[in-house]
Amino acid sequence: MISLRLSGRWRAKSFVLLQRRPCRWNSTTAEAHPAGGHLPSVATSSFLRTTRDSALRTPSMHWTDEQETGSHDTLIAGRETRKMNMYQAVRDALSNALMRDDTAVVFGEDVAFGGVFRCTMGLAEEFGRERVFNTPLSEQGIAGFGIGIAAMGHTAIAEIQFADYIFPAFDQIVNEAAKYSYRSNGQFQAGSLTIRCPSMAVGHGAHYHSQSPEGFFMGAAGLKIVVPRSPAQAKGLLLASIRDPNPVIFLEPKILYRSAVEQVPVDDYQLPLSRAETLIRGSDMTLLTWGTPIYHCETAMHMLSNPPEALAPHVPSSLRGAKVELIDLRTILPWDVETIVESVNRTGRLVVVHEAGRVGGVGAEIGAEVQKRCFLKLYAPVKLITGWDMPVPMQFERFYMPDSIRILDGIIETLTY
Amino acid sequence: MLVRVVQRAPAFSNVCRRRLISTSGPAKSFPKEHGLLPSTQSPIVSSLKFFNSVTVDGGQIPTYRVLDGTGQPIEGASLPEEIDRGTARRMYEHMVQLPIIDNLMYNVQRQGKLAFYVRGPYGEEATLIGSAAAIANDDEVLGQYRELGVLMWRGFTLADMMNSCFGNCEDPCSRGKQMPMHFGSRKYHFHQISSPLATQIPQAAGVAFALKRDPERRGKNCAVVYFGEGAASEGDFHAGMLFASTIPSPALFIARNNGFAISTPANEQYYGDGIAARGPGYGIHTVRVDGNDILAVYSAVKEARRLCTQEGRAVLVEAMTYRVGHHSTSDDSFAYRPRQEVEDRKRLDNPLARFRRFLEARSWWSAEEDDALKARLKDEVMKAFRKAEVLPKPELREMFDHVYEGEEPWILKEQREELGRLLKKYGDVWGPWKAELQKHKGAGRELMEPKA
Repeated sequence: MISLRLSGRWRAKSFVLLQRRPCRWNSTTAEAHPAGGHLPSVATSSFLRTTRDSALRTPSMHWTDEQETGSHDTLIAGRETRKMNMYQAVRDALSNALMRDDTAVVFGEDVAFGGVFRCTMGLAEEFGRERVFNTPLSEQGIAGFGIGIAAMGHTAIAEIQFADYIFPAFDQIVNEAAKYSYRSNGQFQAGSLTIRCPSMAVGHGAHYHSQSPEGFFMGAAGLKIVVPRSPAQAKGLLLASIRDPNPVIFLEPKILYRSAVEQVPVDDYQLPLSRAETLIRGSDMTLLTWGTPIYHCETAMHMLSNPPEALAPHVPSSLRGAKVELIDLRTILPWDVETIVESVNRTGRLVVVHEAGRVGGVGAEIGAEVQKRCFLKLYAPVKLITGWDMPVPMQFERFYMPDSIRILDGIIETLTY
Repeated sequence: MLVRVVQRAPAFSNVCRRRLISTSGPAKSFPKEHGLLPSTQSPIVSSLKFFNSVTVDGGQIPTYRVLDGTGQPIEGASLPEEIDRGTARRMYEHMVQLPIIDNLMYNVQRQGKLAFYVRGPYGEEATLIGSAAAIANDDEVLGQYRELGVLMWRGFTLADMMNSCFGNCEDPCSRGKQMPMHFGSRKYHFHQISSPLATQIPQAAGVAFALKRDPERRGKNCAVVYFGEGAASEGDFHAGMLFASTIPSPALFIARNNGFAISTPANEQYYGDGIAARGPGYGIHTVRVDGNDILAVYSAVKEARRLCTQEGRAVLVEAMTYRVGHHSTSDDSFAYRPRQEVEDRKRLDNPLARFRRFLEARSWWSAEEDDALKARLKDEVMKAFRKAEVLPKPELREMFDHVYEGEEPWILKEQREELGRLLKKYGDVWGPWKAELQKHKGAGRELMEPKA
């Protein structure tokens, strides 16, 4: 039965992402914007590395075998890449983690048959049901069980089926995992726990299949929060999270599981945590985000410099040559204040985009810090473009999300402040 | 949680508290031999013996059944007297309706006309309709998301159901805010469904407690909470059972054990004897019933409800069924269970066929009537679907309604104005918005030009 699942027939069916709670994720490709004609989308994004060479030259990539042998041979001649979407890259990272570390186990609801988003497909067959297994349906159980495994020095890689369902585990994560080392003065540690969860919106997920809960964990000192934007980023950041000496919540933007495709190095590598990545250099404004909105920002920047005819009247020609710097924050906690402040000190303007509501959100935290550190350099108030402060509303989602048009409007407002 | 360092006087030991609650008579004094076990009346024995069963003989908890696979009463079973021809026919019609709705919705979702559809109670028709008929229509129901049959038994119409699934401007449940199948109706005493699993279970204990405090409804109504065997793994299940039992509340727990939580089979969900084994652990009256036998479900739930309302205490019913359908439109269950197993189940143990044979044996039903009913229901379902499909979505301003009741906070007022400003500026020139605005009643004008 299991081998059938991996057959071409199985994959070819547009099976996706079943889940125990309602939603349909069949249309994970980012929508084309008819008004724009040739606007970039996830499918055509310039941030996705589509050649072997560009993939192997991903900035600040650390090859795990080099770290182990102590050699720092930056030659990439022998390295291979493979075209993967994000769920395949996550699966590849899990496979690397299980291969290199005999204590590593992968568990969660429905993971044995591959997971509702296919991120653990075939792992149970490859590594055995003792290392890749289903758990009973209990998020607090999953988190607590993972902490126990980690406390024994083993590597626990847990999956919570949707980030929206992480809240029963909030106590275990915030009061236990985050404080485990501190309260025992380092005697006991839960650092080898990583909790992966599909997160962010897809356009029809409503209240309980759309949330970006990173803001809720911002005050949990001792915890790290990581959000990847693409397959290669997901692999490198996930492996770094698994090996980081602190518990990590790894939030995977679920709309990108299938829509984001790039060349991903096959070898084991890591990307640094708490380091933002500047995707486009600029001097007039800093645009900061993470996860799915990266691609909406790319579209908005494209519309700013080259507006489609219908939008042209709203984009002053004086702004079309503006140089916007786009930064992917990647690690939300603890965040890379150095990179952001350095950028804002140069540009004098900051716009932060996230899908979660504004009140108590990550943008508010970053905005406060930046206004303190860059106060005399700012030409405009820090602007937050976020979801509205309400549950994600099913039939109104298109008007809830901070999409490219709202980002464009915010860029214009900030540049002309 | 606070660490409690309260020294208890012996008079407040657990056993006393328990007695005070559970019996109306005066607390008995401890037998002498229990002097060293202040918190239990457990008999003292000298032989070391472990146990791992809640039954007296150590075997599995039995399953209550009335009808066999051919619709005949099994030996010793008594039929519920109040099920006359009319009631039985009505129950059957409601059962038949569910897979008809389910198949249509499944197919239209596949055609892209609906964002998502969680499969209905395919295979669980007897459990739902049998229990719906056994409880009072004004008992408070807290469902998971496969209990549409209970809501429709109470009068929720096909039109209501379709409008809710489309989240259109006639949606009587969440006005387009929630996903399809997340019903709720104050009118029909059916609390709103939410996607997080098991959250409704401790809430049911609270609902039951409030019913008991209400002089109008005390002893008359109970809270009926449905959940799957997967949801029973959540901490909320345990909290709910514990609360309803410890703070005595008339909560009727109905576990639909359909064998799967998405892909995870029940044997990876628990190791013990199902959900029923947990009832006595919380001091709750418990019964296991054949969930494919509507008369067994009816009788068991009827009696459970009587215990629940009369004693004001919780009761647990575990209905054993089989999820014939996939979990949802995003699921293909043949990836984790053999197709043959599902086909065999459908053929050998179909709750609809079993009840139909019972009806036919009494000449309460005929093949002609069956054909006519199915044709009529298909037609009605399709008509309701077509009507709901073309209705516009609610006005855009409604997305800001009911975040808070009472005074609206400044942040929402500002965000609504901001959206109005953006729509006015870009509504005509930004394709994704332009197309979407047309789907809403009023096309967003009420936000763009708000009345002063």
